[in-house]
Amino acid sequence: MTGQVMMVTGKRNRGGGWALSGLAWVVGLLFVLPVLWMVLTSFHAETDAAKNPPDLAAPLTLDGFRSFFDSGPWPSIANSLTASILSTVLVILLAFPAAYALSIKPVKKWTDVMFFFLSTKMLPVVAGLLPIYLFAQFAGLLDNIWLLIVLYTSMNLPIAVWMLRSFLAEVPVEILEAASVDGAGLTRTLRSVVAPVVTPGIASAALICFIFSWNELLFARVLTGTVAQTAPVFLTGFVTSQGLFLAKVCAASLVVSLPVLIAGFAAQDKLVQGLSLGAVK
Amino acid sequence: MSVDTEVRPGRHAAVPPGSSGTLMRRTGDWARRAPLMPALVFMIIVTQLPFVVTIIASFMNWNAYYPDERGFAGIDNFRRVLTDVNTRHAIWVTILLTAGVVLISLLLGLAIALLLDRRFRGRGAVRTMMITPFLVVPVAAALLWKHALYNPEYGLFNGVLKWIFGDNAPQPDWISNQPLWSVIFALVWQWTPFMMLILLAGLQSRPLDVIEAAGIDGASKWDIFRYMTLPHLRQYLELSALLGSIYVVQNFDAVFTITSGGLGTANLPYTIYQTFYTAHDYGRASAAGVIVVIGTIVIATFALRSVSTLFKEEGR
Repeated sequence: MTGQVMMVTGKRNRGGGWALSGLAWVVGLLFVLPVLWMVLTSFHAETDAAKNPPDLAAPLTLDGFRSFFDSGPWPSIANSLTASILSTVLVILLAFPAAYALSIKPVKKWTDVMFFFLSTKMLPVVAGLLPIYLFAQFAGLLDNIWLLIVLYTSMNLPIAVWMLRSFLAEVPVEILEAASVDGAGLTRTLRSVVAPVVTPGIASAALICFIFSWNELLFARVLTGTVAQTAPVFLTGFVTSQGLFLAKVCAASLVVSLPVLIAGFAAQDKLVQGLSLGAVK
Repeated sequence: MSVDTEVRPGRHAAVPPGSSGTLMRRTGDWARRAPLMPALVFMIIVTQLPFVVTIIASFMNWNAYYPDERGFAGIDNFRRVLTDVNTRHAIWVTILLTAGVVLISLLLGLAIALLLDRRFRGRGAVRTMMITPFLVVPVAAALLWKHALYNPEYGLFNGVLKWIFGDNAPQPDWISNQPLWSVIFALVWQWTPFMMLILLAGLQSRPLDVIEAAGIDGASKWDIFRYMTLPHLRQYLELSALLGSIYVVQNFDAVFTITSGGLGTANLPYTIYQTFYTAHDYGRASAAGVIVVIGTIVIATFALRSVSTLFKEEGR
């Protein structure tokens, strides 16, 4: 399909298209420039990073990364990994059966249930912050990574349900019926008919959930302290930093963004589908 | 919510409406519902219960610094929130910020999606470059803009000005001069790729045979865009605008990082964070929270309608 699209549009734009292609390149470079600048600055010495006008030819060094890693970011990175991975696993465990109940053999009023899930995404996070904080205080769960895991699970569950449902809805009814006629039980149908279709869907839903959990700041900032601090909260330590820390700030931003950058580049197409809650294919 | 409960043919062998379910059918219903329950119950407990508490707290005098004065306050909190100059300004900032970011990034995203819908050398590379801003952790992106780009002494922007105009180049303090635009610009950079990705998916799902036919029949490129591409893109434009709004309305990271809510850039989420986290005025923070929810419901009503259109088409 995509190949066909490119062929047709390519034919249409053969004449005079080089200017537009050039423009596309310029726009792309402009958008990626701040990130390239961050990468370059992170490899400069602090004195070179703070030069104006910038010195592109300044010698490269790992000092920025060294001083970032010396400031003790590992516990927060480990917390972010724990919270993101465990909440993603929980999301999938809860979302897959739900998506099954909403697509393969849909419950009555399944659209209402779908919209309930979606509506929870539209509740602003700040409106639930206070009760959750008070509950955490009461239950002694402040600065506890498990609280974040539960919250991130609720944050991403609706997205995963929507995405997985749209994948499951693609399983042709005929195949399911054929499997049932052939006497395949639920487990067998799930394993040999549904799973192959859904595996890419689960992977992309998991990816999106991981990214959103990794990026989250507001909950993490309010509900964690020193023990359960996540990587974005660690980054906020640089918010007011002035003066000669530019290379360190850039190195920190780069390292914390790296997992998301890698995951995102690896699954660009899935990203669209996930971000639009599976509505766009 | 006017959602049709009609079900795709062939998939659903359940009780037809109106008929009384036998015992066997009822057990069947429960078997269907069981896999759904854990997720549903979890979501109700974690998202709905706290919100109920917020509504209750919004009608109470409740400040952690004055525990003795806790009690019913009626609509006092709402009155205070809505008459407070700062909060009213925050509401205004939230509207400007959301509308600005969504509109600008939507238009930019559309233009870039059209550019990338053509075949050219390095299309994949350009697409990857375009997506990159969206993949930088939001706090890191905000730090990048604040320190590496906007900084008046060693930021890239002023560095470029010096490259072009020499040592006497103007060296504006971007954030102090245009605080709100500084935040909007950084967010547009992050959100344009999101809009672009959805719109590109929309463009690539156009029925090309029809467009080819129109071209053969002599329709101009503009006609094709105006009367075929744009109507086809409508639902994608709506979807990206509304999803974008839902995320940008709640923005905390950029405001917190770039200006720390100073210089008149505090939006509602940041104001609520402060009312609750610094001032410990729980009642008032809750009232502001309820107001944000009401505002979001207005957007969400449109959002749901647009998404349900997509939904129906898929369910056909």
